[in-house]
Amino acid sequence: MVEVQLWAGLRPLADNQKVVRVEARTIREMLRKLEDRYPGLSDPIRGQVAVSVNGVIYRNDWSQELPEGAEVMLMRRLAGG
Amino acid sequence: MSFDAAYQSKTFKSVGTRPNRPDGVDKVTGRARYGADFNMPGQLVARVLRSPHAHARIKGIDTSKAEAVKGVKAIVTADDLPDLTDGDAALYAVLDNCMAREKALYDGHAVAAVAAIDEKAAKEALKLIEVDYEVLPHVVDVDAACAPDAPLLDESVFTQGVEPAPTKPSNVANRSEFGHGDVDAGFAKAEVVIERSYKTEQTHQGYIEPHACVASCNPDGTADLWVCTQGHFVYRQTCADLLGLEVSKLRVTSSEIGGGFGGKTHVWAEPVALALSRKANRPVKLVMSREEVFRASGPTSATSIDVKLGATKDGQITAGMATLRYTSGPYADMWAELGAMTSFACYDLENVKTVGLEVIVNRPKVAAYRAPSAPMAAFAVESAIDELAKEIGMDAVTLRLKNVAREGTKSSYGPVYGPIGIEATLRAAKDHPHMNAPLGENQGRGMACGFWFNFGGQTCTDLNINADGTVTLAVGTVDVGGSRASLSLIAAEELGIEYDDIKAVIADTATLGYNDMTDGSRGTFSTSMATISAARNAIEVMRQRASLMWDIPVEDIYWEDGHAHAAGSKHGNRTPLSVKEIAAEAGNTGGPIAGHSELVADGAGVSFATHICDLEVDPETGETRIKRYTVIQDAGKAVHPDYVEGQYQGGAAQGIGWALNEEYIYGEDGRLQNPGFLDYRIPVCSDLPMIDTQILEIPNPNHPYGVRGVGETSIVPPLAAIANAVSNAVDVRMTHIPISPPRILAALNEDTGN
Repeated sequence: MVEVQLWAGLRPLADNQKVVRVEARTIREMLRKLEDRYPGLSDPIRGQVAVSVNGVIYRNDWSQELPEGAEVMLMRRLAGG
Repeated sequence: MSFDAAYQSKTFKSVGTRPNRPDGVDKVTGRARYGADFNMPGQLVARVLRSPHAHARIKGIDTSKAEAVKGVKAIVTADDLPDLTDGDAALYAVLDNCMAREKALYDGHAVAAVAAIDEKAAKEALKLIEVDYEVLPHVVDVDAACAPDAPLLDESVFTQGVEPAPTKPSNVANRSEFGHGDVDAGFAKAEVVIERSYKTEQTHQGYIEPHACVASCNPDGTADLWVCTQGHFVYRQTCADLLGLEVSKLRVTSSEIGGGFGGKTHVWAEPVALALSRKANRPVKLVMSREEVFRASGPTSATSIDVKLGATKDGQITAGMATLRYTSGPYADMWAELGAMTSFACYDLENVKTVGLEVIVNRPKVAAYRAPSAPMAAFAVESAIDELAKEIGMDAVTLRLKNVAREGTKSSYGPVYGPIGIEATLRAAKDHPHMNAPLGENQGRGMACGFWFNFGGQTCTDLNINADGTVTLAVGTVDVGGSRASLSLIAAEELGIEYDDIKAVIADTATLGYNDMTDGSRGTFSTSMATISAARNAIEVMRQRASLMWDIPVEDIYWEDGHAHAAGSKHGNRTPLSVKEIAAEAGNTGGPIAGHSELVADGAGVSFATHICDLEVDPETGETRIKRYTVIQDAGKAVHPDYVEGQYQGGAAQGIGWALNEEYIYGEDGRLQNPGFLDYRIPVCSDLPMIDTQILEIPNPNHPYGVRGVGETSIVPPLAAIANAVSNAVDVRMTHIPISPPRILAALNEDTGN
């Protein structure tokens, strides 16, 4: 079980929840369950999110495992120069 | 294919050396082919008609007279680029920016384009295109655009991220907020409070090579694009989406690149060139002039930032707060949000709150510029921290060390940090001889820290062992800073062969799998990972070939120092087989030998730097000369130290120009007054001292060699380091970038009451 923190722009799409508890072993499973629970998150999850797991930001590697109790945050996908 | 990216400590033979870059001779002899150097038989010349108004409704465009000009083969307007974006707001913004649809939104916005047999005919046709404009009120200043009575760019924009949702439209497109703790409680505990407002003016990436491309749409529905870009696969996707092409039918080849710095992560004129070619049924070459580059491509944001810091007298920061307003041009993006995320990232704060406000204005569409949005935020926060140090009588480095972020710190933008290098850069600065060198009259010293995220991304690489044992490495990340040299060193390291036996090339989009752009400091980080993976796959093939050549089990063969070795005494004293020997037999042992890799390089790791600057201010003229400059930054592992140092120096040089001179200047009419290098002054060699560098190597745990991206962070601290140095030199706090001679003189006169 992990607690997923949502950035402010996502909260209205998730019943105004700031933190959502999800039973998931990987980023992919976590995103899928979030999408199942809150269909409004579908669009942002496709292409707009990055996921921070214990301080490391993942933009693509959705196979990354989520350790029990990991700090997980959804962030906007960053731009770079 | 699975690949273990975890860091493993090892002794390097090739990595860390400084061989000549493979593209060097071509570049210094003029043989290298940049965007404008490509030509096709029968190609047409394209020219773009741009709005002279900052804000105007396009009531009609009459191209009939222009079409009658001899030699004109095609004219396109927005009608020739129909909206295929299917509700994708970001893609629609790109489309509208390439060719204005209902309104021209800034001075320089494209409204039509001509393809003709020569430049003369194209220019003549441009003059004959009649555009019926209804000129509208405009706004270019960030603070003016936020005012309740400001002219609105888009009446459908209501500020997002505000509860309750606003009922009136606004130029503030969105609000983002980050932080933790209770800033009010933090300020209540403070014994000293610093509160300041800062501004930074809009600057351009200033790449020496203007945007250039040749587009060729063929009658069979295929198309080719030769272009100067930081990411040809991304250009392919964007252009295909905008023109309704199948991705596989558009082949994009990247040229050498004369600088990008984020500005070439975005299409500007390429879809227009393709549309012209499609209409004319001829190849079309489109090269932007310098004026067009300034007026209509990729500047960064102008900003207005308020910072409030509270601290105890012994230097413990009790609260930090910032409100950051960033212009984004006429289309909202995430530039203010990035500023809000990065502003306090260097520090361990119990109470912190940052608010980003994205402001649309009648200026060109903002594009990423090297660590986008971070330098302005760092300027404001690092200036306030410097002022706090003075206020409490504490050394600037000591104050920062007292509050520095460490492993386990909850960052101001949310996540808890893993191992990070900011403290190491500060301690290196404290110990650096530069910090204690004597200063002369009218001289000042400043220092500042900077942060950038870095990221990785999708990466695909091919490594081919040729018949003579040399190696061709095909990568899909454009080489913007010497990555072909770095990647050749990586391949040499893994295979155990000489650097000179490897030739790295940038493959086009038809010959290699998808690659993300070279942005986010990801080029060497990501592609080195894919190169290591590809080399290891090739080594597996070579072990199998050696087992056939020796007729022994592959399990008994190991790879070391560029050779296949037979393990153990049971195979006798076989002379190890070199890459050349294995390659020579390839035709009879299974055919060509290659290693391929496709992977996602995540786990780039955040990056920090500390800069020190000495400068001298002429109190008569306000001119500033940089006397000494030192960059200290963590590279994880410097693959080719020359190019790591080059990135450090380049970022500092750009930051110095931004801090002291560079600025978009608009007239009352909303037109850009200085779209050229004579009036928009970037630093040249004679403006700069030798920029000293110190590379720290704190391995990235998520890369086999410990590599981190190094390209962007170096532009983050200079604005603040220079502002602090000037403020120390003239004893007046400078709060407006660029700190140009007129601004210094005005500040000095205000201070003395003149």
